[in-house]
Amino acid sequence: MKIHIDEDRCVGGGQCVLAAPEVFDQRDDDGIVVLLQEQPADDLDHQVREAALLCPALAITLEETAP
Amino acid sequence: MLHTGDAPAYPMPRDAARCPFDPPAELAEIRDTDGIRRVQIWDGSRPWLVTRHADIRAVLSHPAISADIDNEGYPHQSAAIRARRSRAKTFFTADGVEEHDEPRRVLAREFTAKRMQSLREVIQGVTDRAIDEMLAGEKPADLVEKLALPVPTVMICDLLGAPDVDHARVQDLTKVFVAASSTPADTTAAAEELLDLIGGLLDEKAQAPGDDLLSRLATEQLVPGLRTREELSRMGLLLLTAGHETSANMIALGTAALLTNPDQLALIRDAEDPAVAAGAVEELLRYLTIVHSGLRRVAIEDLEVAGTTIRRGEGVILALGPGNRDAAAFADGEHAGPDSLDITRPARHHLAFGFGVHQCLGQQLARVELQVVFSTLFRRIPTLALAQPLTDVPFKTDMSIYGAHELLVTW
Repeated sequence: MKIHIDEDRCVGGGQCVLAAPEVFDQRDDDGIVVLLQEQPADDLDHQVREAALLCPALAITLEETAP
Repeated sequence: MLHTGDAPAYPMPRDAARCPFDPPAELAEIRDTDGIRRVQIWDGSRPWLVTRHADIRAVLSHPAISADIDNEGYPHQSAAIRARRSRAKTFFTADGVEEHDEPRRVLAREFTAKRMQSLREVIQGVTDRAIDEMLAGEKPADLVEKLALPVPTVMICDLLGAPDVDHARVQDLTKVFVAASSTPADTTAAAEELLDLIGGLLDEKAQAPGDDLLSRLATEQLVPGLRTREELSRMGLLLLTAGHETSANMIALGTAALLTNPDQLALIRDAEDPAVAAGAVEELLRYLTIVHSGLRRVAIEDLEVAGTTIRRGEGVILALGPGNRDAAAFADGEHAGPDSLDITRPARHHLAFGFGVHQCLGQQLARVELQVVFSTLFRRIPTLALAQPLTDVPFKTDMSIYGAHELLVTW
């Protein structure tokens, strides 16, 4: 799975950081999302999907990749 | 229920015979039939009421939907709330890059998930002191006055850099903002007083900045001329009032809900794993949904919701309570039904903080405050009990944010 983030849409709610702290962080100067891993290991799949579902600004999209 | 044609009056009163934590039954009926219905509000207008979880998410993130209170057709909650919101309009009730995104980002960094989690020890200290004082006082005690209001008020004032502000006065003025009995003159006067207070603090911070939010607004925005004193005062007002009224109501109502669900209370009290309290807070936010008079929006283009066309210029009200009790989102066969409190339920996708770009800015602060309070209170006072029957608690049916005016407890 490959993660795409849209910084322009992000409103710094922090939902993604709570759901998947190993994958998402927030910038110190404006709270905007920082992607720590673009293609995280499979065992983080559930957390990453939850982050995408919870993002209020729909700023996280997931691209399925071949296993 | 008052009917005006096919549009019932909104908000509907809560049914005194039902559980005080349940939204009015008519709302569940709308959700489980058409999902959407026209309602009639105080000014005679007839906005759409949207009640299902998926539809509420879709509307709140739809480009044809606006949160701007100045748009024709916006369904205001009351004349008094309209007056206050236009006197102190911020990004919270506006759209677009300049009016919303940029000012929100100025504040978003102050409330990031990690920054708020780093405050856990500070919040623990504030909570412990409030409980110490309550225990040292008389029984029964009013938990609203002793714990629910002080913890979030102290926290938001400290974050802003205004620890010496008159907390009681700020609480009184905020009460004016949300009381149904307030007139437009009342809410405007309360807004003026708070704007003056915050403007004065910004001036002081510009001269002698400290390590706090208002100092950063003063030195990085006001002094270089990026934003005006008026705009920054309005932002401070939003934080000061939103920062304590909401969390305070969640603390009081959550305590009442847990004391009436002792099996759930025991799970939090006895848990070693902090994830239990974190999950419990999400479930309490879902179950109680204190924003009980609906989020307000207006359509700026036509859009389709639940098979109905909402036309440009028509108001839309998102009924978060029934959305947060929607079986389509919260019934999984493994946990109690959505009308019950089950703190083991995965509930993070609730709508208690709203959805879309205006979702609550202070939600990560609220989460940590609630986690600390609920994981501390029942451990420190294992014998805590309501000192009055639940039916005698004065619930805030007369306020735009639900809660309890007073919650008498003993131990």
